[in-house]
Amino acid sequence: MTPRHRRFALIGAGLCVLAVVAALVLNAFQSNLVFFFSPSQVVAHEAPQGKPFRIGGMVVDHSLTRDPATLTVRFIVTDTVHTIPVVYTGLLPDLFKEGKGVVAQGSLQPDGTFRATEVLAKHDENYMPPEAAAAMKAAREGMNDKTFEKPQP
Amino acid sequence: MGINWFRYASPVSFLPLARALAPWFLATAAVLGGIGLWLGFGVAPTDATQGDAYRIIFIHVPAAWMAMFIYVVMAGWSALALGYNTRLSAMMAQALAPTGALMAALALWTGAFWGRPTWGTYWAWDARMSSTLILLFLYVGVIALRGAFDDARRADRACALLTLVGVVNVPIIYFSVRWWNTLHQGSSISLTAAPTMAAIMVTAMLVMTFALWAYCIGVVLWRVQAIVAEREEGAPWLARTAVAR
Repeated sequence: MTPRHRRFALIGAGLCVLAVVAALVLNAFQSNLVFFFSPSQVVAHEAPQGKPFRIGGMVVDHSLTRDPATLTVRFIVTDTVHTIPVVYTGLLPDLFKEGKGVVAQGSLQPDGTFRATEVLAKHDENYMPPEAAAAMKAAREGMNDKTFEKPQP
Repeated sequence: MGINWFRYASPVSFLPLARALAPWFLATAAVLGGIGLWLGFGVAPTDATQGDAYRIIFIHVPAAWMAMFIYVVMAGWSALALGYNTRLSAMMAQALAPTGALMAALALWTGAFWGRPTWGTYWAWDARMSSTLILLFLYVGVIALRGAFDDARRADRACALLTLVGVVNVPIIYFSVRWWNTLHQGSSISLTAAPTMAAIMVTAMLVMTFALWAYCIGVVLWRVQAIVAEREEGAPWLARTAVAR
């Protein structure tokens, strides 16, 4: 083994040790690296108790109600298994929509509702022109119509 | 193959190569950048959910890719510098750092201006954004560490070591959206799956990516000439090439 080979071996070994250390550290801090908790985790008491945290999920369709006098809104967040009702006073982001992703920061009240102090919209990684989105929506609804028609010949 | 790559490990033979190639890469960057911006801002349609705000993607994503890739290249040159103890490898690593920092800053800055209209906030401490900020700090740290040494050869070794330690951050950035819940969305383009974007959007983004590649290579080849001229100052061979030029 020449000194040059030894140096490269040392660099390689160093990087391997570093990777293992990083993996262990990230594993230990797993709960701190999570940006939000899902409703299922909240129900399972995996979310921090007694201090603010974020929940994330989908806004349930037709669950959004607005208080006509104030800026208070109520909606339900779901991960398709469990749901959490959310109350929020303030302006919602433009991309906030029923059926779309949302991340809310706040704390869980004793009655089981989540009082949010900040609501962020979480969009997905799909990008398409409006015509394509409309076509896909029409196709989906067309398929739904057919499934509805099937049971009643 | 017929090419002896080790020939170009010497600044003496690398300097004329860098001098000859740099303008071509920068010209390519200008042409591709023009085409990419025209495709992205003129031809590509608006997005169904995000409207025109999504167009930041044409600068944001290529810049973020470059920021990560330049760091890996810098780490590669640093490993060569430590292993072979070659001057040029360290000079290349030194030349890459400011461009990498620029790309990381560009990705964070455009990301903030994308986040405000879509998520509703400029900044959130999620894993993707925090690890990208650490990447920017690593670039700035490497540049600052070099400035702290008077002896260029000692600075080379210290910077190479810091660069190699920091390289663990790159896979963390890339996989952060898969490993943890983040506010940042997942990847639209990967090597293993079909892109989840309209074809013209992908085309515009790839053209912009190649433009940034060409820009970064051109600028780094330009900067490395200045670094060679500075560090080899007084060397007889440099005086000869300067006269021959």
